[in-house]
Amino acid sequence: MTSAALRSRAWKLLELVTTPLLPADYLDLVSPLRAGADLRGRIEAVHPETPDAATIVIRPGRGWRGHVAGQYIRIGVDVDGVRLWRAYSVTSPTNRADGRITITVKAIPDGKVSNHMVRKLKPGTVVHLDQACGDFVLPPAKPAKVLYLTAGSGITPVMGMLRDTEFDDVVMVHSAPRKEDVIFRNDLHDLVADEKLRLVELHTDTDGMLDIARLEELVPDWADRETWACGPAGLLDTAEEHWTRHGKAGRLHTERFRPTVVVAGEGGEVTFSTTGKTVDADGATPLLNVGEEAGVLMPSGCRMGICFGCVTPLKAGAVRDLRTGEITEAEPGVLIQTCVSAAAGPCDIER
Amino acid sequence: MTAIDPTAHLTAEQIEELGRELDAIRDEVIASRGEKDAAYIRKVISAQRKLELASRGILLFSLFPPAWIIGTAGLSVAKIMDNMEIGHNVLHGQWDWMRDPKIHSTTWEWDHVSPADQWKHSHNELHHTYTNVIGKDNDLGYGIMRVDEDQKWHPIYLAQPLWNFINACFFEYGIAAYDLELGKNLHKRRRNNPEFRARARAVGRKIRKQVLKDYVIHPLLSGPSFLTTLAATFTANLVRNLWSHSVIMCGHFPEGVQTFERRSIKGETRGQWYLRQMMGSANISGSKAMHFMSGNLSHQIEHHLFPDLPSNRYAEVAVKVRALFDKYELEYVTGPLPKQVFSAWRKVFRLSLPNKKVKTPDRERELIAA
Repeated sequence: MTSAALRSRAWKLLELVTTPLLPADYLDLVSPLRAGADLRGRIEAVHPETPDAATIVIRPGRGWRGHVAGQYIRIGVDVDGVRLWRAYSVTSPTNRADGRITITVKAIPDGKVSNHMVRKLKPGTVVHLDQACGDFVLPPAKPAKVLYLTAGSGITPVMGMLRDTEFDDVVMVHSAPRKEDVIFRNDLHDLVADEKLRLVELHTDTDGMLDIARLEELVPDWADRETWACGPAGLLDTAEEHWTRHGKAGRLHTERFRPTVVVAGEGGEVTFSTTGKTVDADGATPLLNVGEEAGVLMPSGCRMGICFGCVTPLKAGAVRDLRTGEITEAEPGVLIQTCVSAAAGPCDIER
Repeated sequence: MTAIDPTAHLTAEQIEELGRELDAIRDEVIASRGEKDAAYIRKVISAQRKLELASRGILLFSLFPPAWIIGTAGLSVAKIMDNMEIGHNVLHGQWDWMRDPKIHSTTWEWDHVSPADQWKHSHNELHHTYTNVIGKDNDLGYGIMRVDEDQKWHPIYLAQPLWNFINACFFEYGIAAYDLELGKNLHKRRRNNPEFRARARAVGRKIRKQVLKDYVIHPLLSGPSFLTTLAATFTANLVRNLWSHSVIMCGHFPEGVQTFERRSIKGETRGQWYLRQMMGSANISGSKAMHFMSGNLSHQIEHHLFPDLPSNRYAEVAVKVRALFDKYELEYVTGPLPKQVFSAWRKVFRLSLPNKKVKTPDRERELIAA
C-alpha cells in the first residue's frame, strides 16, 4: 500500500473515533494554521500609517498559495463577536522573506470592520482568509513606462506593485485630502530619494480635486504609459472617459473598491433568485409569507422566530427584524429568519 | 388543565403588557450580545473537546481502576457538556448571530443518536411552539405516558413508572424514536412512506456511527483494556442519559406546572404565548455548576420564553423574569434538583393509577388558595 493510501486509511479510522466531529475540529484547537486546515492567519502586528489607517501584518496558514502584486484578499474578522468579511489589497511584495503578508486598512466613517482593524485588532488574533484574487495585476512582460494614478486608499494595491517590481520609468499621481492623510508617505519619498519613482502628490483640501485635463501638464507622456488607476468612482470614471477619448483605453487598468451601500427602506422588491421570482413586498409582511404567496417553496417552522427552521441565505439587500427593528445587510454567509424578517429595501433571497 | 386557572386574575390588557415587558428584556440582551458571549461558547467548546480527548486517552488504560474511574467520570461530563450546554443550545440557534459556520445551528452535529436536523424539528419547532399542549407537544410524556388527570386512564399506564425508568436509561434512543414519531409512523399505512424511511435510515446511520465509536473502536484501541473500556463508555452514556432525562423531566413535569388544551391556543397572542411558557415550565435552583451541567436548562422558564438567547445570559434574565412573576402574581415553579426530580416521579407514579375520588394534593392547595 502506498503511504498516501495508508494515510487516508488512518484518517478514516480517526474519523470513526471523532464522530460526530472531524479530526480537524480537534486539530484546530492546537494548530489553526496547519496545512490542510481552513485558511486562516494570525495577526502579528498592527502599524499605524496615518491617523486613520494602519498596516496589518498577517502570518498566513500553511495553505496560503501566495498572491500576485495588485491582488486582494478577503478577510473574516470577529467584530463584537460577529464574523464579518471584507476585501483588502495586499500591500506587501510577493517575495517577502519571512512569508508574512500585509494589508493596509483605512478606517471609513461608521465602517464596522475597518475601524475595528485600525483601532482594536490585537496581535495574536486568528482571522479567516480566502486565497488572493483579482485581475488588477502587473503583466508578466515589463512595460517600458508606467503611470500609477491613485487617490485615498486606492494607493494600497499600487503600493503592493511598487514594492514588488521595479520599473525603469515610473510616475505616480496620488491625491489625498492633506499631507498627513497620505498613506505610505515616507515610503514613497524614500523611493523618490532613491530615484526609483517620480511622485506628483496632490492635496485636495488645498489644491482641489485632480482635473484630468491637468494630466497633460503633470505627466506629458501619459498616453505612452501603461497605467494602473485605483481610487474613488469619480476618479476612475473620468480616467476611463479620458483614456477612451484619446483612443488609449487598452493602456488603462482600473480597480474599483465597491463598498456596497445599502439604503435601508420600508419594503421593496424581493427577488427569489433560485426560483426566479420577483415580487413587491411591504415593510410589515414577513418574507416567509411573501415567498409562500408568490409560490416559492420556503422552509418554515414555528413562524414566530424561535425555531430557526426557516433560515435562508440573504444574497443582496437588507431586511428588518420585525421584533427588534434591527437591520441585517447581505454578506456572504448571512442567513436570515424569514418568518420574522421583512424587506428593508430591495433584497434577494436564495430560494 | 388544572381545575382553577392560575392566570384567571389577569386581564387581556395585562397579558399584552406582560408580553411587551418580556420583549424589552429580550431586546436588552440582544443589544448587549457581543465579544464576551462569543468567547464564552468558544471556551466551553474547547474545554469539552479537550476533556473528551483526555478522558478517552486515559481510558486506553482502563484496566487500572483509577484510570477507569477518572476516564469514565471525565467522559460522562464531556458527553453531558456536548449534549446540554453546547449541543442543545447551538441547535437552538442561540449562537447563530456570530455568523461562524463552525458554531451554527445549520451545521452542528452532536454526540447523540438522534441526528441534529430531526431533533431540531421535533424539539425547536413542535415542543417549543406547542409547549405543554396535550396532543401537540410530544415532550409531554413522549406519547407513552399519562401526564395529566384529564387524560383517560388505561391499565397500560400501570407500567409507566417502569417505562419512564427504561426511557431514562436509554434516553437518547427514546429521543431518536420520538423524533421519528415511531408510534405514529409504524402503522402499516405510514411505514412505507419514503420520507419516513429516509429519516429512519438517517437515524440508523447515526446509531451505527455512535455505537461503532463507543462500543467497538474505542475498546479495540484499548487493547487489553477492551472490556473495561467498553464498560466505561457504556457507563458514560448511561450517566449522560440519566442526567439529561432528570434535568428534562424537571422542566415540565413537577407539580405546579400547567398543561393546556388544544383549543386554548387557537388565536393565541404573543402575550398569551409568553404566559403559556411561563406557566408550563419549571426551574431548578442551585449552584453555577448545576446550571452549567444542565446546559442552563435549570433556567427552563427563561429558556422557554427566549429559546434563542445565548444560554450564558439566562441567569441575569432570570432575575428580571422572576420580578415579572411577582408583579403579575404568578407562581414561579422552582426548587433544588432532588426535590424537583422527586416531584416529577411522584406525578408519574400517581398518574399511573386512575384518578382518586378524593382531591389530589395539588387541587386541595388551589382550593385553599382560592
